[in-house]
Amino acid sequence: MAVRLPAALAASGERPAGLGTGRRRPGAGGMRGREAAAGWLFTAPALVVIIVFLVVPILMAAWVSVSDWSGIGNPFSGGAHYVGTQNYSALLTQAGLPRQQFVQSLTNNFYYVLMVVPLQTILALFLAVVLNRRLLAGRGLFRTAYYFPSVTSSVAISIVFLFMFSGSGVINTLLGEIGVNGPTWFADPNGLIHLLLGAFGVHNPPAALAGHGLLGQSWWDWLSGPSIAMTVIIILAVWTTSGTFMLIFLAALQNIPAEIEEAAIMDGASGWQRLRKVTLPMLRPALFLVLTLGLIGTWQVFDQVYIMSQGNPAGTTLTPAYLSYVTSFGNQQWGQGAAISFLLFAIIVALTLLQRLALRDRDKAPSARRLRLAAQKGRQ
Amino acid sequence: MSAEQPNAGRGTGRRSRPYRPGQLRPAARIATYTALVTFALIYIFPFVIELGSSFKTNADATAHPLNPIPQQWTLAAFHELAQQDFPLWLFNSVFVSVSVTLGRIVFDSLAGYALARLRYRGRGAVFGAIIAVMAVPGVVLMIPKFLVLNELGIYNTYGGMIMPLLADAAGVFIMKQFFESIPPSVEEAARIDGAGVLRIFWSVVLPMARPALITLTVLSFQGSWNELSNFIVSRQSPSLNTLTSGVASLVSGQLGQGNQYPLKLAAALLMTIPVAVIFFVFQRYIVRGTEGAVKE
Repeated sequence: MAVRLPAALAASGERPAGLGTGRRRPGAGGMRGREAAAGWLFTAPALVVIIVFLVVPILMAAWVSVSDWSGIGNPFSGGAHYVGTQNYSALLTQAGLPRQQFVQSLTNNFYYVLMVVPLQTILALFLAVVLNRRLLAGRGLFRTAYYFPSVTSSVAISIVFLFMFSGSGVINTLLGEIGVNGPTWFADPNGLIHLLLGAFGVHNPPAALAGHGLLGQSWWDWLSGPSIAMTVIIILAVWTTSGTFMLIFLAALQNIPAEIEEAAIMDGASGWQRLRKVTLPMLRPALFLVLTLGLIGTWQVFDQVYIMSQGNPAGTTLTPAYLSYVTSFGNQQWGQGAAISFLLFAIIVALTLLQRLALRDRDKAPSARRLRLAAQKGRQ
Repeated sequence: MSAEQPNAGRGTGRRSRPYRPGQLRPAARIATYTALVTFALIYIFPFVIELGSSFKTNADATAHPLNPIPQQWTLAAFHELAQQDFPLWLFNSVFVSVSVTLGRIVFDSLAGYALARLRYRGRGAVFGAIIAVMAVPGVVLMIPKFLVLNELGIYNTYGGMIMPLLADAAGVFIMKQFFESIPPSVEEAARIDGAGVLRIFWSVVLPMARPALITLTVLSFQGSWNELSNFIVSRQSPSLNTLTSGVASLVSGQLGQGNQYPLKLAAALLMTIPVAVIFFVFQRYIVRGTEGAVKE
């Protein structure tokens, strides 16, 4: 997963102080006029590109998502007809293949998010805390090693993982050395939760779960867990993105004033107490950033599915992003493909807002008073 | 001499030992380095496998996947790549990435400067529009991008592949933030000397922005070199394949799901090299771009 980092970073680092440098000499009307003209002239190229390749296309896709365009003719001059919310209801309310696939893609991606976001965050935090130790030899070397996967192409990495997780590949050879018979990773549609239940002897779903469901999918299928094939993509995502997030945590750790830690040491806090009561609270803004970026990024998984699995096996690696692509470019159902895109957009926006709301008052670093209280508690 | 010093020297038991900054107990130190080395191996081993296996024969790669050292070294994979479309994909990738990078340098620094320094009506609105744009997730735009390229008649052309990537709100921000950090007095002096806006921008401000420009260049090149989805939806013709879309077709398309892993891994290796070189040379600029996140 290529985390589109800089965009979100710049947004979060931005202060709403747009007019900060506006105190220059007053008067000089001609200068003002020239400055205004220059201002528009300077922003025009970037603005034109953004409008033509972002704003206009979104409006066009909004129209296509309520039309029956099948790829023939021009959708904006007679090639398509208005069909109302038909494309959306085919995905959400009408029983049939489109809904079955869409709901399955949501389930798959949900488990992907559920696994990747916590794992990559914890791993990144762990690596950053260890790397932040003072007097560490080879810090730069280790940092480079962890970060390198983040800068390489998703295509190249996907190929390496295809090789490593192939039937008789690196991973299964490794597992064989310790006497474990590895699965045929990319051909195995079994869900992890189903497998776990199977290990406890539950092979057939209870009637209550198999007979009922939501959005046309039985509860049993909702509770499948990520498939073995999806697990490989999850491992790949954690492996590639943790380096980036490690850098964010590392920068935040280096921003913590040394005096705070020293004060905790004077108070007799142990290393673990210092981490829990001092370091982690100070990292809250960085943690919020990492979780938000993770949540946005993981709902967009496309490249890996396109290269490694094309949604197979049995649709267990289908994601909404890939499904919208296949529906449009593959099946020429452009209206439905565009509708999937907008639903995905809505999910991402809703989750981001929800997270922002949940952490609204807590994304500030703690005050000195709260730290002191925490230190007191730690002493007890 | 202070009173604690002899006490510290005596080192009576772990509990009472005073804290010495940065020092770990031997056990903790061993645990730390073990963890660091283990993870470094996990992160680097796949690249070692990639490197070694691309010099193997097909049979060797299948029979001994775990051993990165070939039983018998061969350049067969690279020879075969050279005979296929690989050189063309390489040319396309270089051409597109360089164009995108140059375009972004010009557009982003112009817009960043205007948003940081020039006062004009509507600046707030432009700024808001760019913020909104950054919030739109990339994969949601695949179908919209195709629609507009098709409508403009530039689908399946170099122009159609390059232009959508020039809409880079993040780069505008990097430049804007940098320009805001330059003291205005410098431009003031140039203005008193009678220099116009463009002149000030070009010969006074831009030369000072070298570090930010390097960051922007590195991030833009890396981003467009690794870009895949844009080249899936903006072109169809095989002759316009970039390395990413071309190598992806190697995996799923013409050569099928058969083995031939040395060939695929060699392609993956070659496409990683330019980004790796840039990464090692300009690492601190990439790291700074990432760390900018937390320095509010």
